[in-house]
Order: sequence, then structure tokens, then C-alpha cells
Amino acid sequence: MIDRAFSLGIYAIIALVIATFGWIIGDVIIKGISVVSWEFLISEPEDAGRAGGIAPILVSTLYVLIIALVIALPLGISAAIWLAEFSQNQSHTLHVGIILDVLAGVPSIVYGLFGNAFFCIYLGLGYSLLSGGLTLACMILPVFIRTCESGIRSVQSDWRLGGLALGMRRSVVIWKILLPAAQPAIIAGLILSIGRATAETAALLFTSGYVDRMPESIFDSARVLAVHIYDLTMNVTGGDETAYGSALILIVLIILLNTLAQGFIDSWFKRSGHYR
Amino acid sequence: MGALSFVCAALLCLILGFLLYESWSLVADGRWLSFFSQTGWYPLEGLFGMTPMIFASLVLTFGSLVIALPVGLACAIFLEFYAKGWVKKSFQSLLNLLAGIPSVVLGLWGLTELVPLIGQIKAPGTSVLAGAVVLSLMILPTLALTSYAALTSVDRSILAGAQALGLTQKTQILAIAVPAARSGIMSGVLLASARALGETMVVLMVAGNVVQMPSSLFAPVRALTANIALEMAYALGGHRASLYVSGLLLTIIVWILAYLASYLFNKGRTVSHD
Repeated sequence: MIDRAFSLGIYAIIALVIATFGWIIGDVIIKGISVVSWEFLISEPEDAGRAGGIAPILVSTLYVLIIALVIALPLGISAAIWLAEFSQNQSHTLHVGIILDVLAGVPSIVYGLFGNAFFCIYLGLGYSLLSGGLTLACMILPVFIRTCESGIRSVQSDWRLGGLALGMRRSVVIWKILLPAAQPAIIAGLILSIGRATAETAALLFTSGYVDRMPESIFDSARVLAVHIYDLTMNVTGGDETAYGSALILIVLIILLNTLAQGFIDSWFKRSGHYR
Repeated sequence: MGALSFVCAALLCLILGFLLYESWSLVADGRWLSFFSQTGWYPLEGLFGMTPMIFASLVLTFGSLVIALPVGLACAIFLEFYAKGWVKKSFQSLLNLLAGIPSVVLGLWGLTELVPLIGQIKAPGTSVLAGAVVLSLMILPTLALTSYAALTSVDRSILAGAQALGLTQKTQILAIAVPAARSGIMSGVLLASARALGETMVVLMVAGNVVQMPSSLFAPVRALTANIALEMAYALGGHRASLYVSGLLLTIIVWILAYLASYLFNKGRTVSHD
């Protein structure tokens, strides 16, 4: 009897979770879809965003994301390789690991404070797409390095030794054996990073700014999608409709980018011709 | 290649360095101590009483845990003991999807759907309650998935023993499995509270942003993170420095929570391996 009640309680909570989730997603889809159209994607915002579209905002979002990834990816993968393969000094690796974990725990708004003080003011970049992208790069690096590192570390050592025994150079072993074998972890890290960077609002409020015009260069201040949603909801009366449209686009964009990232890495590894 | 680890260390030093550099004017002459003693937040007149906002942050975080912990545990128990096959798979991906919803979208939903509902009970609706509920949705996936991982790593023989003793399923789960997994669950709780404490957008959008002590569930409050986001755009001098101090304070609290979480996680692992 008590068992029955307990099971019922669990099922009730699960139903509640599913219902709430359905409520949120349904809300965004239903209210969003009535706003979204091709026009919405390619026109400029009008009347502080109540009408018109989100073209400049989409462009700025992609700019910021590309800047962040272009800096974080090469740096992150090479740092991960170094941590997992080259570092001879155990305590050194441990310390770097701790530093990364500490960095991963810094709240995003604090990255925003740092970005404002360092990139915007100290380096003189001002409120710009570049400052925003660099701030995001700092924010996603720690988690990305950690995910890639654990992927590379978990490759069986037989594979490394086998490669070396075949007379491969160390760099060849890394490029042709370790990285392809660590591919799932790298994809996971990339997807995590893209998700965090695209959805980030707080760190960009005072690094890339609010301006909703089409950016002409990466030194222009511009508004990303997440900031646009925030601004429409909080500062613009009657902006809810377009806010929901933008929210739908943001979620679709994240899913789309993740699929692209997965496909891109898959094909890149296929071209480099390895065997699984 | 070794230079890369230097880059990571340099980044940490840069972040800490710039936070300290910007907040130095208040830290050096001890004025930051007045954050805790002064009662009002009137930065333009040099009054930096932050206690109400610190309390608001803590109450919001605690409130979200009170909601999310039982629900998260129930999700974990469901995944471990009830769900099988495709049901389990799809519930897991549902939690992952929930984790992937941007916090600004959760805030938008909270403000347009939840806040009016709460407002019908007691105006204005933007309140501690709204903030805690939306935050709890944000941390629920973290809690559910870490608790599930902790339950999965419980020694099978303990559960088999409980079953052999003829304990009811409820007793097996609540009296045997959950206590055995408690350090893993606790580390999930600490991670989740670190996320809730550091979250800006949700509390900025639905908690009301009035600087006051949280006196009831329906009172609008302003969290530390929301304060930074609201005032950073126009803050100058001592006001700006005070925002950097609050950022520093927030970071240190989050680090302590994350440290405790990893400590408990490692402890849980060694115990279950014994």
C-alpha cells in the first residue's frame, strides 16, 4: 500500500516535470511561430524591436560566436593535448587542472565584469563585437579544455604504444590516432561551448553592448540574440511577441549549430582518413 | 606547448587581478566593510549596504534548492528504479533538452507566464517565489543527472541484500539506496547551488529588482548578480568599484561551493570503491 503511494508520488512528479517542460517549449513554439517568417529574419528591427526583424542581431550573434570559437578551439585543443600527453610533471598537470576547474566555476556575469575592465577599457577595444567574442572565449575555454583532455586521456595506451612501435612520429600519433579516437569528447566539448556561448547574456551586456544596427566591423558595438530577448522583455513595453519570436530562433539556432558542428567534425576526421 | 598552461594560469591571474584592480579603491581603505554594516543601497551618496542583496541571493538559491531537490531526486529514482528502455532514454534526453534551454528564455517564460499567475495571488508577481521556481527549473537537470549517476554507482550487492530481506521497494530506495548515494547527491546539490547563485538573467527578469530584505515569498527582491547587470552601465568611481567587489564576493562563494562539491564527489568515489 505504502509502496503503491510512493510509486504514484514518483510518477506524479515525473508527470509534473514533463508538463512544465511542455508548457515552456509549447509556449515558445506557439507564440514564436506566429512572429517568425522569412521577413522577420532578413529585416531590421523597427520601433525599438516591437516590429520589424532581427537581421542585424543574427549577424552580430554569429560574429561574436565565430570570434569566440576561432580563439577558443585551437587554444583549447592544443592545451588539452599538452595536458594529456606532453606534461611530464604530474603536480604541474594537477595544478593546471585545478586552475581550469576554478575558472569554470566563475559566474558568467563576473566574466562580463572582467571583459569590461580588460578588453573594453584596458585594451581600449570599447563596447564591441571583438570584446564580446574575447570575453566569451575566456568563458568557454576551461570547460572545453577539460572535456577534450579527458577524451584524449581515456584513449587506450595500447593505441599510443602501437603507433609509436610502428615508427610513427609523435605528432602523427596525435593527429591520426589520438584526436580521432577522442572525437566524441571533442564534439561534446564543442557542443557544450556553442550552447553556452550562444545563450550567454550576462557576460555580453557590458562587453558587446546594446546597439541594434547592422555591425560594419568587429570593432562596432552590437546586440546579440540573447541580449535582444532580454531587452525586449524588460525594457520595451509590448515587446513580448517579438521576444518570443527571437527566443524560438535562438533555440533553433543552437540546435542547428550543434548539428553543423557534429557534421563538420565528422567529415573533417573522415577526410583525414583514420580507422575506428 | 608548455606555454599553453601558462596561458590558463595567466587568464586566472588576469581575471582576479582586474577584479581586484577595479575594486581596489574600496578595498584599500577598508570601506568595503561598510557593505555589511550600512543598511541602505544609495551608491550615489556613498552608501553601499549590500546585506539585503546578499540575503536575497542566498534566499533565492535556497528556495530553488528546496523545490528542485525533491523533484530532482524523484527524477533520479524514476530513471534508476522505474524507467526502462525507450522511456528511460527519452526522459534522459528531455532532461538534457531542459538543461539546454537558454536562461534568458526561461526568464522570458517566467515573466510572461508565471509572474502573472503569482500576481493574481499577490501583486506584483515578480517575487522571491517566481525567482526560486524559475531557478529551480534551471538547476533541475543538473540535480537529477548527478543524483542519477550517484544512484547508479551504489554497490549492487547492498541493493540485492535489501531485496533479500524482503524490504518494500520504498524502503529499499529511501532507506538504502539514497543514503548510500548521499555524497554524490550532496556534490550535485552544491554544484547546483553554485550555478543558482551565479545566475544573472533569471533573477534579473523575474525576482523584481527592489533592494530590500526578503520579508515574504511574495516580496520583490534584487540579487547581487542582478544588481551588477542593472547598474554596471552607468556606474562610476566608488559605485563601479562596489560592483566589482560584489563580483569578487560572488566568485569566492561559488568557488567554495565548487570545492566542497569536488571534495564530496571524490570522497563518494573512494567509499563506493572500498
